Amino acid sequence: AMSFGGTLSILRSDSYAELSQYRDQHFRGTRYDQERLLRKSCTLYVGNLSFYTTEEQIHELFGKSGDIKKVIMGLDKVKKTACGFCFVEYYARGDAENAMRYINGTRLDDRIIRTDWDAGFKEGRQYGRGRSGGQVRDEYRQDYDAGRGGYGKTVQ
Amino acid sequence: MSRRRPSDDSDAGQPHKRRRTSEPSEIEERLESLICRVGEKSNSSLESNLEGLAGVLEADLPNYKSKILRILCTVARLLPEKLTVYTTLVGLLNARNYNFGGEFVEAMIRQLKECLKVNMYNEAVHLVRFLSDLVNCHVIAAPSMVAMFENFVGVTQEEDVPQVRCDWYMFAFLSSLPWVGKELYEKKDAEMDRLLSQTESYLKRRQKIHVPMLQVWTADKPHPQEEYLDCLWSQIQKLKKDRWQERHILRPYLAFDSVLCEALQHNLPPFTPPPHTEDSVYPMPRVIFRMFDYTDDPEGPVMPGSHSVERFVIEENLHCIIKSHWKERKTCAAQLLSYPGNNKIPLNYHIVEVIFAELFQLPSPPHIEVMYTTLLIELCKLQPGSLPQVLAQATEMLYMRLDTMNTTCVDRFINWFSHHLSNFQFRWSWEDWSDCLTQDLEKPKPKFVREVLEKCMRLSYHQRIIDIVPASFSVLSPANPVCIYKYGDESNRSLPGYTVALCLTIAIKNKASNDEIFSILKDVPNPNQDDDDGEGFTFNPLKIEVFVQTLLHLAAKSFSHSFSALAKFHEVFKTLAESDEGKLHVLRVVYEVWKNHPQMIAVLVDKMIRTQIVDCAAVANWIFSSELAHDFTRFYIWEILHSTIRKMNKHVLKIHKELEETKARLARQHKR
Repeated sequence: AMSFGGTLSILRSDSYAELSQYRDQHFRGTRYDQERLLRKSCTLYVGNLSFYTTEEQIHELFGKSGDIKKVIMGLDKVKKTACGFCFVEYYARGDAENAMRYINGTRLDDRIIRTDWDAGFKEGRQYGRGRSGGQVRDEYRQDYDAGRGGYGKTVQ
Repeated sequence: MSRRRPSDDSDAGQPHKRRRTSEPSEIEERLESLICRVGEKSNSSLESNLEGLAGVLEADLPNYKSKILRILCTVARLLPEKLTVYTTLVGLLNARNYNFGGEFVEAMIRQLKECLKVNMYNEAVHLVRFLSDLVNCHVIAAPSMVAMFENFVGVTQEEDVPQVRCDWYMFAFLSSLPWVGKELYEKKDAEMDRLLSQTESYLKRRQKIHVPMLQVWTADKPHPQEEYLDCLWSQIQKLKKDRWQERHILRPYLAFDSVLCEALQHNLPPFTPPPHTEDSVYPMPRVIFRMFDYTDDPEGPVMPGSHSVERFVIEENLHCIIKSHWKERKTCAAQLLSYPGNNKIPLNYHIVEVIFAELFQLPSPPHIEVMYTTLLIELCKLQPGSLPQVLAQATEMLYMRLDTMNTTCVDRFINWFSHHLSNFQFRWSWEDWSDCLTQDLEKPKPKFVREVLEKCMRLSYHQRIIDIVPASFSVLSPANPVCIYKYGDESNRSLPGYTVALCLTIAIKNKASNDEIFSILKDVPNPNQDDDDGEGFTFNPLKIEVFVQTLLHLAAKSFSHSFSALAKFHEVFKTLAESDEGKLHVLRVVYEVWKNHPQMIAVLVDKMIRTQIVDCAAVANWIFSSELAHDFTRFYIWEILHSTIRKMNKHVLKIHKELEETKARLARQHKR
């Protein structure tokens, strides 16, 4: 241990790897539990995928920050087809952090994808929570997105 | 910085730490923030900000002296890209408070000694440079600095020490000269000449066998890849020839000359380099990466030559910025682009060169590869009218020089380029590279294009790749990654094991258990029957073939399907692959089924190692077997081998750690 210095807070800044404001409302447990899990999680939620993006593509891209333990594709609850999100679990937290720093906000299948910390996969969480079976965001979407089934469900 | 969120307060009875806001730590944070932010973009001039800050700190000295000392020592060590800003600040403080200046110098020397003791040599260089620039700020007397450098250069006379030890002291001396060479030479020219002459003779006699290992290109044209000390020496010699005139470094202290030259200077205490010990680990030697010169940007400002100190200083500072901000890509890109030099240097070219220098560094880049891809994308976002063109130019140059590029670097180039393209709709002028089509497909250029297209396909899909390249490039396009099932066609019914394969297919589709699978497989004859030593389950390659082919074919839909299959029938795999020959054969069959889909082979091999169906030795034997010789120079083979070695290393480290922990527990038990 050094008797001097340490580091500087500007150099400690790691905003990409921080928790976002989002908290899963279906999480069973307290906010405190959830945040504790998020802070040590090796699992990322990945959103804004195209419905056509494959597990193989996700594996190739996210494999760039470290060895992947598992990819779980998000599915339409009714159709059981891909509905534009997934979970990526790494063996090491540091690899997940690097994905948050360098893969979040870049493109996969020409779409800017978004990653966020996830408290951990549980059976059932692979399904969309929208009324029609897909993700909530595709229920009310007004714009046309060819990679996500066209117009939002309420518009259709 | 933690922000209290509304959700924290709504917790039902969960205890959580409330940050006790004690005044001293708040003030320390404020001081640190003030000091770290000086020199950033501001409405006021740098000079007036420094003046103001010096005043604030001087007023705080009575109460917060040790905190201020600590912060200043830390910025000296960790923010070398702002070296002259902080030496000026220290100069101003010293002018106002001589004792503080003395205490700061003492603290720096203590910090330097500690750094050397714990092998923090890169940070120690920054401290040495800081001390030498303090000569320019009238804080340290030039003769005492020369004396320290005499002791540094004296290390080259030590016997039986690693060359890298002498190298470091030489580097610490030489790399400070762009900042302080002029001043030291003016005050002590005879001593300096002697030092430079000793430097020259050391550099002549030292070994450079590391150079071929570290060069990115083996060719000397268009830019020689120089040994780092040789390059620095050429730069210093040129600086001396130019009478130590250095015009690039920003020197805020010049504006304060009238104040600073009134200050009393301190003498550095005599500094004895700590002796070499068993635990000393010095930095590795380097080769300087160069890919650009002034001819590459004829329209823009002139790029400083490879033997100019300006080039050295710019590269050092840009590397330091990346080191400081690697976790924050937007900040990093912004800081790189706001490097002072205005329109006097082709900054985009320097930035691209420094980034590729790190990406291609041997043996490993300082940071994870994907960081550089994303950093370049951020830079393109900030400079959309200029940076993409420089990158395209760089890519073209790298392509032209593939013939002499180190293979590891080619691999990194492929990974970077394909990932980069995937962020820009794979737009590229492939026709410009049609020259590679006339070459033997194993030559570096066509091989590079093939590997790039294969990687691009992994990030998209097969048809996309067919669409993005001209028709003439089809010979380089990757195979459609489909599975090859040898028992698929009716026409194969004469193959041994065909009927069992059919049977197996139906059974698996009907969710058969492992036991049922075993009993179906019992019917498979053993082509090695004669070698059967009667020990029950001996190596039966046909059994392995039928089972693995069938299962992988049924699970071909996705990685997850295949992983589930491996998990479900793990017991069967373990039994069939019990022997070394069994393991090798499993790998062979996996290859036969998935040879069109190297990515699938890689993930299956990974899973099989992790679930102990095969072991690392089997993978190594398989990779180096004659059956795979034709694929030996394909990058997926090396991807698999490196991944396997990494897993092995991690495993060894893990069990070593467990062993040490168990030993420690045992020792504690014995003490009781």
